[in-house]
Amino acid sequence: MPSDASLPAATTTPAPPGPIRAFWRAFRENRGAVLGLAVVSLIFFIAVFAPLLAPYNPTEQFRGFSKLPPFWVEGSDPRFILGTDAVGRDMLSRLMYGARVSLFIGLSVMVVSMVVGVALGLVSAFFGGFIDVLIIRIMDLVMAIPSLVLAILIIAIIGPNLTNTIVAVTIVGLPRYVRLVRASALTELTKDYVTAAKVSGVRKFRLMTVTVLPNCLAPLIVQAALGLSDAILEAAGLGFLGLGAQPPTPEWGAMLADTRDLMLSHPWVMAFPGLAILITVLAINLMGDGLRDALDPRLRRS
Amino acid sequence: MSLLEIENLTVEFKTGSGYFRAVDGVSMSVDKGEVLAIVGESGSGKSVSMLAVMGLLPWTAKVTADRMRFEGIDLLKLGANERRKIIGKDIAMIFQEPMSSLNPCFTVGFQLMEALKEHLDMGKAERKARAVELLRLVGIPSPEQRLSAFPHQLSGGMSQRVMIAMAISCNPKLLIADEPTTALDVTIQAQILDLLVKLQKETGMGLVLITHSMGVVAETAERVSVQYAGQKVEEQAVKNLFRDPHHPYTAALLSALPERAKGRKLPSIPGVVPGQFDRPKGCLFSPRCQLATELCRTTKPPRIDGALCHYPLHDGVPKNHPGKEKAA
Amino acid sequence: MIRFLFKRLALTIPTFFALMFITFVMLRLVPGDPIEVRRGERGISPERLAQLRHEMGLDQPVWKQFLDYVNALLHGDFGTSIVSKSPVLHEFLTLFPATLELTLTAMIFAVVLGVPAGVIAASRRGGVYDQTLMGLALTGYSMPIFWWGLILVLVMSNTLHLTPVSGRVDLIKYYYPSVTGFMLIDSILSGQKGAFWDAVRHLILPMIVLGTVPLAVIARMTRSSMLEVLEEDYVRTARAKGLSWTRVVGVHALRNALIPVVTVIGLQVGGLLAGAVLTETIFSWPGVGKWLIESINRRDYPALQGGIMLIATIVILVNLFIDLLYGLINPRIRHAK
Repeated sequence: MPSDASLPAATTTPAPPGPIRAFWRAFRENRGAVLGLAVVSLIFFIAVFAPLLAPYNPTEQFRGFSKLPPFWVEGSDPRFILGTDAVGRDMLSRLMYGARVSLFIGLSVMVVSMVVGVALGLVSAFFGGFIDVLIIRIMDLVMAIPSLVLAILIIAIIGPNLTNTIVAVTIVGLPRYVRLVRASALTELTKDYVTAAKVSGVRKFRLMTVTVLPNCLAPLIVQAALGLSDAILEAAGLGFLGLGAQPPTPEWGAMLADTRDLMLSHPWVMAFPGLAILITVLAINLMGDGLRDALDPRLRRS
Repeated sequence: MSLLEIENLTVEFKTGSGYFRAVDGVSMSVDKGEVLAIVGESGSGKSVSMLAVMGLLPWTAKVTADRMRFEGIDLLKLGANERRKIIGKDIAMIFQEPMSSLNPCFTVGFQLMEALKEHLDMGKAERKARAVELLRLVGIPSPEQRLSAFPHQLSGGMSQRVMIAMAISCNPKLLIADEPTTALDVTIQAQILDLLVKLQKETGMGLVLITHSMGVVAETAERVSVQYAGQKVEEQAVKNLFRDPHHPYTAALLSALPERAKGRKLPSIPGVVPGQFDRPKGCLFSPRCQLATELCRTTKPPRIDGALCHYPLHDGVPKNHPGKEKAA
Repeated sequence: MIRFLFKRLALTIPTFFALMFITFVMLRLVPGDPIEVRRGERGISPERLAQLRHEMGLDQPVWKQFLDYVNALLHGDFGTSIVSKSPVLHEFLTLFPATLELTLTAMIFAVVLGVPAGVIAASRRGGVYDQTLMGLALTGYSMPIFWWGLILVLVMSNTLHLTPVSGRVDLIKYYYPSVTGFMLIDSILSGQKGAFWDAVRHLILPMIVLGTVPLAVIARMTRSSMLEVLEEDYVRTARAKGLSWTRVVGVHALRNALIPVVTVIGLQVGGLLAGAVLTETIFSWPGVGKWLIESINRRDYPALQGGIMLIATIVILVNLFIDLLYGLINPRIRHAK
């Protein structure tokens, strides 16, 4: 039986693909991840161009048009595709602007957490000793208090609004970034290339940022994706409790809280904001899973 | 009737880019009370063929054979449940890494008595007595205490003894030992080999010894099957093989033994076993063979005198070889 | 083992001190006059203010105030609620069984469904079961539970009339004294017909809502841990013994695969208490989560301070317990030193 007929010629070995292409190839294999990426891109597009896409101003109240159902339900108005809320604001417009608010919160939290988390994690790993103990103890403490409870505590002190939501959610999520960066930096520090760099006289700051940091990036990117979805959920939870963005800001969580009284009579008013949160978070998580599989060689399938 | 008969066994693994053939048309048979050694480098498919007999290959593997029988029972047609009645009872296997082959979460006694419970109709006290007896049989001191030990409390040699005790617990008719000494210290290796041979002699079971060391073969086996890149390249009785290897690969393996080396430098075989993508067209050994000709590189070799070679060696001289000048 | 326990206990002490420090600072950071914040009174006369200031020790140096606070905490004094005027610890302990009942059952729900789901997914890797289960798990993981709760109420209670909307038991039909604080047990002890079933019906939706995220996390973790373990040599050994697939997976692989899962379960406890805040709010469940939110709305800062201190203490203790449990299922740790 010819064993070689179907095999490629032995002489030509294809050049290994570049890191970005290799990543994309691995990422593309995961259909869920690609779907997630597509949905996230769409939501991002809607968020950026909300003023152009939304039919109305999200805070404009149309008297006499309140509590209209979405288009497929009898009694709907074609001008309000997804209906209106209790005070006659257009649901579709509010959802579109809500994407703006949620993504803004999520991305802000992510960026700040990344910057602060990388800084603290690297400092902790490089200087060790008292600074390390101090940082790790504080992070342990933050982790000891349930995330939402701590966020509530912080909001109670600094007051509820959009900016403070970002502050609270950032503080709550920070330990994960710090510990991740610290752990991977400590692992990298034991490796030979770091010793080589040290021996050749690379200064500490450069060693931290240029030599070690790029090698800690893969898990950090995955954490950033999961952190983004967590931040959106957390912020929506605060909004639902009335401790996040304040009305009339079209924040999805706060929109849900508004509609609780209408739950029985007009369930769709409640359904849409929650669906929007679920779809956004699910899409980001799908993408995050794909990122993890593609970036983490340990988990990459052969 | 042979204990184990395998004819034309082929195992293929499904990979991201097609199928990889790990075992290619291997045939062998083992009789009662016989020791067969399977020799080859890593990647030569020697473990895979035995895992196929045990049914332990992952689902990505595709096993085909003209015949695969144990005591006349067709293993290929056997359902999973019937097969399990044979595996672990009549055919047992021990592995290369004794330390990781024992479950870290359970005691030695639990793991030892588990097979007894599965296959033999024994009471609890009986099982315990048998476990102690088995541990004593494989030379473990104070066996009663060892029953409650966890694997991480044992050394590598001890672990392998426990593995052997587990394998022979149901008095198997065939024991497959997959590189049983490779992961152990040199001093322990000989002890474990002696133990295996002693047990084999006492119980009269068949023993298949997978190894990459010709030294181990010389000490223990009666018959040798040499595998290369998933193919059986030669099979002979041990004495004859050492005296007159027919396949150039076997000859090269033997001359790599320190005891047989002639010059100041230990000879080695250049290159590595071909993988999925660099499989030669003709004879699989041809890229590394000093005697290879154009014929070897383009045409699959026939089996002559038990060796898979166009020009099998006889007393070190290749038969019908066109000559050295044409070989290069 | 005992040394291991003491070492872990010693490690938590600095965390406790930092925790006390933060809750102490928190009360000082709250906007508004400290006396008003703490007494909940407005427009207090200057004389009375000075008297109160002295009574509450606010005329002492800050470090002395902190030591007093620590001292009070160590004596079990977690402050006094300005709304109910009763000790925070007492209020907390009255409400905590309700939260405990909810979180415990939610955790059991999550483990009982999550571990088998993960095992099934892992042993059918890439198949329809695997993809469906993991799709569901990711959806559960992404679920805004406050919305999930509302949807379940809408479907189960208002449309299908299967479960009540809120509370722990129907107080009009059943009344019995609180013996253990656990409604499920108290209802049985009361001997009233149907009381237990009623309590179960009240519990079921909050339990599902709170258990959804941990369920998803546990299922995902069990699967990946299981996939890793199934590649191990000792699993091959178990199969070579001729054991059934159920026994290989259910005994040999699962025991090892559960080690990281237990850690994850421990990490979920904090998340559960956070989720309890939302769940209790939705279902008007009279537990500490709802009480915490109400305290904020009523500006009852001492209650908030004490409550957070107590919740953090519980989380720290549970994590300690999980570490010990970890030692029990993993003999390598148990025997270390």
